[in-house]
Amino acid sequence: MESITEFTPMYTLFLIFISAAFTDNILLARFLGMCSVLGVSNRVDTSVGLGAAVIFVTTTTSVLNYIIYKYMLVPLNLEYLRLVTFIVMIAATVQLIEMVIERFSEKLYNALGIFLPLITVNCAILGVSLFMLNKPYSLIETAAFGAGGGFGWFIAISIIGSIREKIDESKLPRGLAGPGITLIIIGIIALAFIGFSGMIKI
Amino acid sequence: MADTPSQILIKDVWNENPVFRQVLGICSALAVTNLLTNTLFMCLGVIFTLIMSNLTISILRNYIPKRIRMIVQVMIIASYVMMVDIVIKAVSPDIHRFIGPYVGLIITNCIIMGRAEAFASQNRPMLAVVDGLASGIGYSLILIAIALVREPLGFGTIMGYTLPAKELWWHQWTIMVMPPGAFFMLGIITWFARNRLERSEEGVK
Repeated sequence: MESITEFTPMYTLFLIFISAAFTDNILLARFLGMCSVLGVSNRVDTSVGLGAAVIFVTTTTSVLNYIIYKYMLVPLNLEYLRLVTFIVMIAATVQLIEMVIERFSEKLYNALGIFLPLITVNCAILGVSLFMLNKPYSLIETAAFGAGGGFGWFIAISIIGSIREKIDESKLPRGLAGPGITLIIIGIIALAFIGFSGMIKI
Repeated sequence: MADTPSQILIKDVWNENPVFRQVLGICSALAVTNLLTNTLFMCLGVIFTLIMSNLTISILRNYIPKRIRMIVQVMIIASYVMMVDIVIKAVSPDIHRFIGPYVGLIITNCIIMGRAEAFASQNRPMLAVVDGLASGIGYSLILIAIALVREPLGFGTIMGYTLPAKELWWHQWTIMVMPPGAFFMLGIITWFARNRLERSEEGVK
């Protein structure tokens, strides 16, 4: 395995982004954010809207949580408080983003606004922040990881949303409609994404 | 709410099962179920958190202001999850390394928020504890069922012990321990359980 330090910084960032988005897809390989996927993904436009909001929030919160963890919790030996800190940080950031968007762009607010409260309890966001702790990333690399994680989630939910919209009127066996068939679709997509694994090792 | 504790128990474990009926708490149901030992730790953690957070929120239900109840509930849940996290780390560092992030994610596990919001914030503490226990058991049963299929098929072991079939003829079905296996298994279990439920409901009508 090549060490990533041999690459130029830009290229390393690109690799981290791609690996977080595809080889280590937060939804398909790490199972995070399933609840909102099963709940919201029955239409393409809502899936895309929620996905876009998630990209935005994972990037912001992973950077903020990184700063807080590295420069506040670690020096004070308070690592065990990370769960509480992260969740409060995420809730606060989402609230703040919602207010800022509402103030500056009504159009964006109408598109993303209703999804933002949902995101606070989306495990993908907290998951990205927690997985980032296991990796030796710098601040910029963390941003790439957060953005990549969000982007991977966006791609996955968009695919699932479009498939679900297509099968909406198909006849399904009793009990399979709804979550059952969605899980099986996700399984097949996850199978396809396994093809990406081993492509990049970081 | 005239439900007796035993009615709540049956309702939460089967009829209103959190996983396949209310579709809550799916993330951890998928992530930790490739090894039965990990699953058991996760289930205990979730049951503990559910009972304690339900109890606390139910006791405090008349004191928490409506407008900020979400954040208060999240804080209560997060404190209990922190305890679970520290205990698992102390008991078994190996398991903690694998399921660590998912233990943290119990906070955002929708079962816990869902029960707190739907039940504990409107009922007496005793009932809330029963509800927490019952939802926890309902969740655990599904997880254990999935793990019992995935681990033997994928690794040929149960709780780390090798099954005799593995040495004789069994070829490991690796896909079962990889993510797609989890999705397929949960999908099939959901299908089966919902099919049963819908059939019995039609029979009642």
